Amino acid sequence: MEPCLDIRGLSAVLPNGQRVLRSVSLSVQPGEVRALVGESGAGKTMIGKAVLGVLPKSVRVVEGEMLIEGEDLGRLDAKARRTLIGARTALIPQDPLTALNPSRRIGAQMTDRLVRILGWSGERADARIRQLLDEVQIRDPERVLKSYPHELSGGMRQRVLIAAAFAAEPRLIVADEPTTALDVTVQKQILRLIAQLQRDHGTAILFVTHDLGVVAKISQKVSVLYAGKVVEEAETAQLFAAPQHPYTRALIAATPRYTDPYASLKPVDESVLAGLTAEIAAADKDWRPSHG
Amino acid sequence: MDEARISRRPVSPRLWLAGCWLLMALLAAIFAPLIAPQDPLAQDLMLERLPPFWLDGAEPGYWLGTDSLGRDLLSRLIFGGRIAFIVAFAAATSACLLGSALGLIAGYFGGWPERIISRVVDVWMAFPPVLFAILLVAVLGTGLSSVILAIAIIDWTRFCRVIRAEAMSQARMDYVESARIAGYGRIGIMLREVLPNVLPSVVALLSLEMGIAVIVEAILSFVNLSISTDDPTWGSIIAEGRLSIHQAWWVLVFPLITLILTVLSFSQFGEALKARFDPVLR
Repeated sequence: MEPCLDIRGLSAVLPNGQRVLRSVSLSVQPGEVRALVGESGAGKTMIGKAVLGVLPKSVRVVEGEMLIEGEDLGRLDAKARRTLIGARTALIPQDPLTALNPSRRIGAQMTDRLVRILGWSGERADARIRQLLDEVQIRDPERVLKSYPHELSGGMRQRVLIAAAFAAEPRLIVADEPTTALDVTVQKQILRLIAQLQRDHGTAILFVTHDLGVVAKISQKVSVLYAGKVVEEAETAQLFAAPQHPYTRALIAATPRYTDPYASLKPVDESVLAGLTAEIAAADKDWRPSHG
Repeated sequence: MDEARISRRPVSPRLWLAGCWLLMALLAAIFAPLIAPQDPLAQDLMLERLPPFWLDGAEPGYWLGTDSLGRDLLSRLIFGGRIAFIVAFAAATSACLLGSALGLIAGYFGGWPERIISRVVDVWMAFPPVLFAILLVAVLGTGLSSVILAIAIIDWTRFCRVIRAEAMSQARMDYVESARIAGYGRIGIMLREVLPNVLPSVVALLSLEMGIAVIVEAILSFVNLSISTDDPTWGSIIAEGRLSIHQAWWVLVFPLITLILTVLSFSQFGEALKARFDPVLR
């Protein structure tokens, strides 16, 4: 089956030549949830931004390809790329507080995209939005649609953003730590909602997170990222049952367990990190971008 | 922003006071020929330097007294308000449109447009504004349109700097990124996502700028570089009052009070409006 998202050997550098992504390859099959896990700074968010075409100006892709449903983004001109990304992908952002425009009503923000970008009629967009609000279990859509973002709680805003992400039936959703900014009780509900909608709509999700507990709950496959490099890739169950890479093992060992809440938090094993850093530094020495 | 949302917040007293003064002054200026008790240009040497109504020797009908040529001060202030308001609205609006547009472009697009616009602003700000205004009017020639143009040319930087900074912080917001992902064009995002969020600041600055325009016009009148006709302006009344300060203090004091109240009201009105229109109640 043709993958929904196919990243092949993607490398990116900062202006000072430092590599932020190191030949990253990963593919997401249609309808599959692929978790992208790693510590902060490992480049998880960077991969999401690269897929969506919103990398910071300072980050430059120097090699590799990205294909969305078989179409190579690198071969398209800027306009065609924007159209493709806009039509087939969506983002569930990390921080629901800054992801909605504070001076526009929720309803206008949600229908706007369907009407202006995808050319739907106003009534069709409105009906669609209401249907999605129902799916994310918002009981009073009238009030929510008329509200400004600051009038809603963080959890409500995230529900709105999830509804908005699924509204245009994208093939791929990038979920960038969608539960990190929420409090723990709300996190569970939001996670369950995303899983529910993902199943109902058959949407592929690239799920960026640092939380292995979330990975275990939601994903079928995992890529473990360290310093912009995929160190291990496996089926989720396989990864937890028999982690292959020492870093993965260290990461799992450092995860707090609810069974023993009084155990002190353990950092990731230093010696593993030192070994990994040396390995990456050695690889960087010989590395030259294949083009550009 | 509909009425329902606005009316939830109580009207602040400063918005009330500032609004009332501005409305009163504006209505008086518009209906000046109906309201002014005397002809503002009529001279009568028999009536020169009459004191205001509560002092001995005041004449009925000349409420705030007369100047050294026997012209009624209240009528002159009312007619002077016409020029003050025309300049305030026209000059502030022009400066606002020019400065906000450039500021929005610089702040949102960044890159070379930002560099060029910022350098121009830096150079502009190096000129002392009042001298710059006097120089401009001297070059453009006196007259109402020259005064308006001069104020707009000088003060657009005030809008440009503030709006540039606000647009810059808006451009980094996640909803701008989401709009990019959805496929909106850059101009569309600038107008739809960024502009509404900087609008409260534009409104506040616009009102403040109207006050500043009134002052600049008064300064230009004071140095006799504003409107070349005999029409009274607040600045020219102050200039005449300065000459007879020891014989008739009221000719200086009343236009000064009018000027200060108007400028203060404009700035307070702007601040209060900003607080009201800001959706997040910052």
